[in-house]
Amino acid sequence: MPSKTMMIHGNTACAEAAIMAGCRFFAGYPITPSSEIAEYLAYKLPLLDGIFIQMEDEIASICAVIGASIAGLKAMTATSGPGFSLMQENIGFACIAEIPCVIVDVQRGGPSTGLPTLPSQQDVMQSRWGTHGEHPIIVLTPSSASETFHLTIKAFNLSEKFRVPVILLTDEITAHLTEKVTIPDKDQIKIINRKKPAVPPEKYIPYQIDDTYIPAMANFGDGYRYHITGLVRDEQGFPTNDPEIIEKQLIRLNQKLEKYRNEIIEYDTQFTEDFEKLVICYGSPYRAAKNAVTRARDKGIKVGLIKLKTLWPFPGEEIKPYTAKAKKIIIPEMNLGQVAYLIKSEVCDDDKIIKINKINGEPITPEEIYKTLIWSD
Amino acid sequence: MDYLRYLRIDKLPHIWCEGCGNGIVLKSLLRVIDELKLDPDKTVIVSGIGCSSRTPGYMDFNTLHTTHGRAIAYATGIKLAKPELEVIVITGDGDATAIGGNHFIHAARRNINITVLIYNNYIYGMTGGQVSPTTPLFKYTTTTPYGNPEQPFDISKLAKAAGASFVARTTVYHFQKMDTYIKKAILKKGFSVVEIITPCPTAFGRKNKEDRGIDMLKKQREIAVPIEKAKSLSSDELKDKIIIGIFQDIEKEEYTDLYKRIREEIKNNNKVRL
Repeated sequence: MPSKTMMIHGNTACAEAAIMAGCRFFAGYPITPSSEIAEYLAYKLPLLDGIFIQMEDEIASICAVIGASIAGLKAMTATSGPGFSLMQENIGFACIAEIPCVIVDVQRGGPSTGLPTLPSQQDVMQSRWGTHGEHPIIVLTPSSASETFHLTIKAFNLSEKFRVPVILLTDEITAHLTEKVTIPDKDQIKIINRKKPAVPPEKYIPYQIDDTYIPAMANFGDGYRYHITGLVRDEQGFPTNDPEIIEKQLIRLNQKLEKYRNEIIEYDTQFTEDFEKLVICYGSPYRAAKNAVTRARDKGIKVGLIKLKTLWPFPGEEIKPYTAKAKKIIIPEMNLGQVAYLIKSEVCDDDKIIKINKINGEPITPEEIYKTLIWSD
Repeated sequence: MDYLRYLRIDKLPHIWCEGCGNGIVLKSLLRVIDELKLDPDKTVIVSGIGCSSRTPGYMDFNTLHTTHGRAIAYATGIKLAKPELEVIVITGDGDATAIGGNHFIHAARRNINITVLIYNNYIYGMTGGQVSPTTPLFKYTTTTPYGNPEQPFDISKLAKAAGASFVARTTVYHFQKMDTYIKKAILKKGFSVVEIITPCPTAFGRKNKEDRGIDMLKKQREIAVPIEKAKSLSSDELKDKIIIGIFQDIEKEEYTDLYKRIREEIKNNNKVRL
């Protein structure tokens, strides 16, 4: 079957992509602006021998997702800020026990119940540090329905390959704007499945440290009886208080993604052949930024544009060559400067950075970015 | 029977205190598993947090030690993903009915085919003896130094009211009954709960002048009243007694079966509504 073009919004693109990536389990709890993902999958999954369940709350949802993944299904949940907060402890469980799963957070304004129907990017730090302890995590963020499709597939692939929860951090605008999405043919999509043990059950060591840093995962019911716990464990999966083993396991856990940065980190650059000013953006503000940068260049202002699609691991090293060249760096965000803070602390000097922040529930306009590009010197 | 066959011998000795009843439940469960000839490769034991929830670590099955209160939610995901697996949850009174109360009642409502063994020792044992939703009125705990002012939950009545297919209560003293109930619970297709009253001399006993496990067992023998007999007793006569027996044993369509049936119907009859 050839690729097909559809007019769909980001949430539908996400649900379609999840199915193509092999997701056959969804557990969730309704919350605006993410609910269409659940509604679409409630309709589609049973037709594909998959499972949809609306659980009693968000905590139960993420737990059921992890349980289903342990039993061998690719599993996902979708939520928004308040629900995402509730899931955090058990996202931590998936991090330490190394259980693949995908969590979609369609951001709305916060804190607390906040602005249920309005866009925001206030969960950048929550997506990285919401759960306690030090742990690996991957966060991807799309700026359009098309990118939502592409990054949802990538989220499943990275999750399965690295045995890590992957957060797809979208926002109300990306989720609800209907636009053209080209759905590729199945053959055109690369699908990654978790590495299964290549040894017989009696030789299986669930958390064995090897060169890849990623242990093979046996699904419950496949004949490999082993123990999974949220406690810090030894290679065999059992709780330990031995400082040497704790350190070894936790260091591996926290470094496992660093080895694979190139496979995880994704960003786009535009107009970067020659630039003096640089706009760095992610998520739906990209739309406004693209318009503003194009207009500014028409006026002869040398502006470059970087769109981040991976937020964690943070692509600081990757964008450094660009920020080093820029005289001014403009960072539009629908929060008070969460990525600007990272760029300040990890990438470049404070005095170069101009933040454009908005937390009133309205999108950042092209005009606001354009004005900043014109007047910043 | 050979209990060691089902245990991870290198993980012993266990962490439970002298006089604790958890080991009695573990042996009962293993006797039933042996009698029913459950395939260890197809059996999953899930637990939450607390003393009871360390049980799976000693059992040579597919074992999962989850977060506080969430065992049933994890088990729901496993059972839905692979309904052919036998899923048994081991949890405590605090784990199941305080932090996990919502999951407990909703799993019962759905009637998903999971067996839940609730070790009820009326206290948070592992965290040092704080009040739990089942601590009797006026009893002393580390967080009720003047006596417990809260009315306790009756776990079995709660499970029955929430829609569980099978509900029974026993004490660890009545271990033969415990074998029978656990067996019936596993065989029952639907959500099954066995509430097991078990002594915690270290945390509950110490605070309430019952600091010997053996005395707590003897007391279980004295105050246990079979459910049939309880029907003829007044509420005054039942004060401070433990009613043991089968509270619920009914047939009702099970959730994963129901889900499968709907899935087949929509595929066969094109019963899809867009």
